[in-house]
Amino acid sequence: MLETGLILRALARNKIGALLIALQIALTMTIMVNAIFMIQDRQQQMQRKSGLDEKNSFYLTNTVFGQDYNIQAHLQTDLHTIRNTPGVVDAIQINAIPLSSSGWSMALQHEPGEDKDAVGTAIYMVDDHAINSMGLTLVAGANFQPEDVELRKEGQSTWPAKTIITQAFAENLYPDNWQSAVGKTVYISQTQPIQIIGIVAALQAPWNGWNGVERSMLVPFQRESKGSYYFIRTEAGRRDELMPIIEKTLAESDKKRIIRRVTTIEDTRERSYRQHNATNKILTTVVITLTLITGFGIVGLAIFSINRRTKQIGTRRALGATKGQIMRYFMMENFIISTFGIIIGCFGAVALNMWLVNTFNLSPISFQLVAFGVITLFIVGQLAVLYPARKAAMIAPATATRTI
Amino acid sequence: MFSYYLRLAWISILRHWGLSLLMICAIGLGIGAAMTTITVNYLMSANPIPEKSAQLYYVQLDSWDVNDPFDDGLNPPDQLTYTDSTNLMLAKQAFRQNVQTQAFGVIEPEDPEMLPLIVNGRANSADFFPMFNVPFIYGSGWSNKSDESKEFVVVLSKATNDKLFGGADSVGKSIKLEGNMLRVVGVIDNWQPKPRFYDITTGAFNDSEDVFVPFHLIADEKISRSGNTNCWKPSGDGFQAFLASECIWTQFWVELKTEQDKADYQQFLNAYVQEQKQFGRFQRPLDNRLSHVMQWLESQEVVADDAQMMMAMSLMFLLVCLLNTVGLLLAKFLGKAPEIGLRQALGASKRTLFSQYIIESACIGILGGLLGLTLAFIGLKSVESLYGDYMKGLASLDTNMAISAVVLALVSTILAGLYPTWRACNIQPAQQLKSQ
Repeated sequence: MLETGLILRALARNKIGALLIALQIALTMTIMVNAIFMIQDRQQQMQRKSGLDEKNSFYLTNTVFGQDYNIQAHLQTDLHTIRNTPGVVDAIQINAIPLSSSGWSMALQHEPGEDKDAVGTAIYMVDDHAINSMGLTLVAGANFQPEDVELRKEGQSTWPAKTIITQAFAENLYPDNWQSAVGKTVYISQTQPIQIIGIVAALQAPWNGWNGVERSMLVPFQRESKGSYYFIRTEAGRRDELMPIIEKTLAESDKKRIIRRVTTIEDTRERSYRQHNATNKILTTVVITLTLITGFGIVGLAIFSINRRTKQIGTRRALGATKGQIMRYFMMENFIISTFGIIIGCFGAVALNMWLVNTFNLSPISFQLVAFGVITLFIVGQLAVLYPARKAAMIAPATATRTI
Repeated sequence: MFSYYLRLAWISILRHWGLSLLMICAIGLGIGAAMTTITVNYLMSANPIPEKSAQLYYVQLDSWDVNDPFDDGLNPPDQLTYTDSTNLMLAKQAFRQNVQTQAFGVIEPEDPEMLPLIVNGRANSADFFPMFNVPFIYGSGWSNKSDESKEFVVVLSKATNDKLFGGADSVGKSIKLEGNMLRVVGVIDNWQPKPRFYDITTGAFNDSEDVFVPFHLIADEKISRSGNTNCWKPSGDGFQAFLASECIWTQFWVELKTEQDKADYQQFLNAYVQEQKQFGRFQRPLDNRLSHVMQWLESQEVVADDAQMMMAMSLMFLLVCLLNTVGLLLAKFLGKAPEIGLRQALGASKRTLFSQYIIESACIGILGGLLGLTLAFIGLKSVESLYGDYMKGLASLDTNMAISAVVLALVSTILAGLYPTWRACNIQPAQQLKSQ
């Protein structure tokens, strides 16, 4: 186009001004692309399913302090009471709560021995009611039978003979065919054999930041311990009504223990991802403010450059340039500056991402995201310059004849 | 002259109020964002015990699996086995030494009307209190002698003492913790090191404990422990087997007065590990470390990745805001070319012009700084409410930070104003006058 040469010559006379806008666009692009990338990364993490019936489940802690307390007998009474409360689907004693950030982990290996490779997993000690209580889906094999459930003494080092694992864990152990895991014997605690009898679709570990968060195993243990959790699932919509009832029933049935932290799984999830949520909100604010600042900066500078060039614009109009041509001039000018800035911005975005990858173990950004940044900034630039350009187009040709 | 320039600047700011507002907002937002994240980082990386942080050392010994080293062999394990910390404790080779773990339990108040209390505890040695300069309102910590004779004593936090004894001097009274009668020997004043350096394995920014009890209560199974346990070798059944196992769950601190003491202690540790190698333990190459408080906090990466990332982002954000300001100032000053030309023709020197425009930039800088300070304050409040407990006490603006915010704004705006001012001073008066 003819005008391009004209614009470039005009820009060359005000290099610094143009360069400043270009740099600003470049930095905005760098930050925007990486911030959106981090937001998406966190959102994906938050969308992973825990495997639980989150809406209708809650848990509480049971802390025994009385001396000479028959933990085992009380456990059975408690479970019986909770399970028979109207509205309760099922309940179990468990050693850790998914997403709660504290729990137990062990490793499983294909062959026994000290120097063999092992895969880490979260351990949930539960009984045969676990699948029903947690709302898990059994996708292969079978559930535990009541006779599989053993009593675990404090400090016991041996493990039960059977386990149920998650599908993700089965895929990790048997990459060729995860379903073949059913019936296989693997080794826990380096040397103890344990047989996989079932596979559940999903059940997350307690630690959401762990890269093995989808790997969990259930073992049929009831613990003889002074501190434990009860995990309770209710009929749809009855959770909030049942929480205080069960807390009260348990607390009043026995004064030698404390019932605390009656918490819904939804709250646990919220707390677990609170940092993610907070960071995302802050990053979103940063991206929006940054875009606004850059946009307004472009508006301010364009208005100024138009004010300075009022006479020239008037002259051009007097010489026959249409309003459309004047507008196009400024839109084109912005387009050229933006292109320059965006090209630098692409490099900047990738460079910042590389630094983030190296320093904080983030994954590399996708091409689509960079493309998105490019398009957004072109649009922002054009929108920002629209108002000043219209103002320029309104300058009357007669201005050319006047002095300031 | 200064006040005259100030007035001129004010008039100029008001005349182009839209542009000035845009610049003030840009600087304000940039400073606000930068100060918010800098404050969080600053508080996260603060020295929690500046008076003696270089004399307190955290001990690490590489007792881990030879086939599968801890942390891929980069760092030795972050805690010690019970066996090792008891041995080091008995050796008494440091000026002060402290073995500790996290504990929990239930206190049953004497008053039957009061509900039992679940408390977070710390089981530690007598040296814990003098070592970490723990402040007391009543009494003091227990003595090394009391540790040796395994006395049942306890130190309460102020909050626990308030709950149990209504804040009165409870020294000499007893409390029932997990069925054990423990004699109160001291009550700690408000004490909340940030980061909670003495135990970062259970959360560097957690609250300090409700009660402090002697470590022997753990070994004798009087009180249950909590905190992290990490094992690489299966152990046998029962608690005694657990104590004798290769599981790591204790933390060990020493106080060493001089560099020489530190060198001696390092030598002692190496000799200890060599000796243990004869029993088939410590099969990894010798890697025993003594890290002083700040080294330890740094190696454990106490400052959250998120906080560092945010700081990098916000500094770039500030840069964008400054570029914006440079552009706008340039436009504004060049827009005044006719005025500048006139003033020069009437005899104004470059120097006077320079000071006039720099003062104008500085005014915008100060206004931006004040706005930034307000935004940083709001920013920190929202960081605190968004992150909840995690950021508690880590998001407050102190005077130092407030002053730095305004200074940062001022300096960066003056820097941003330099180039536009220089351009403005170099305007040719003749040309400007001609065109009029």
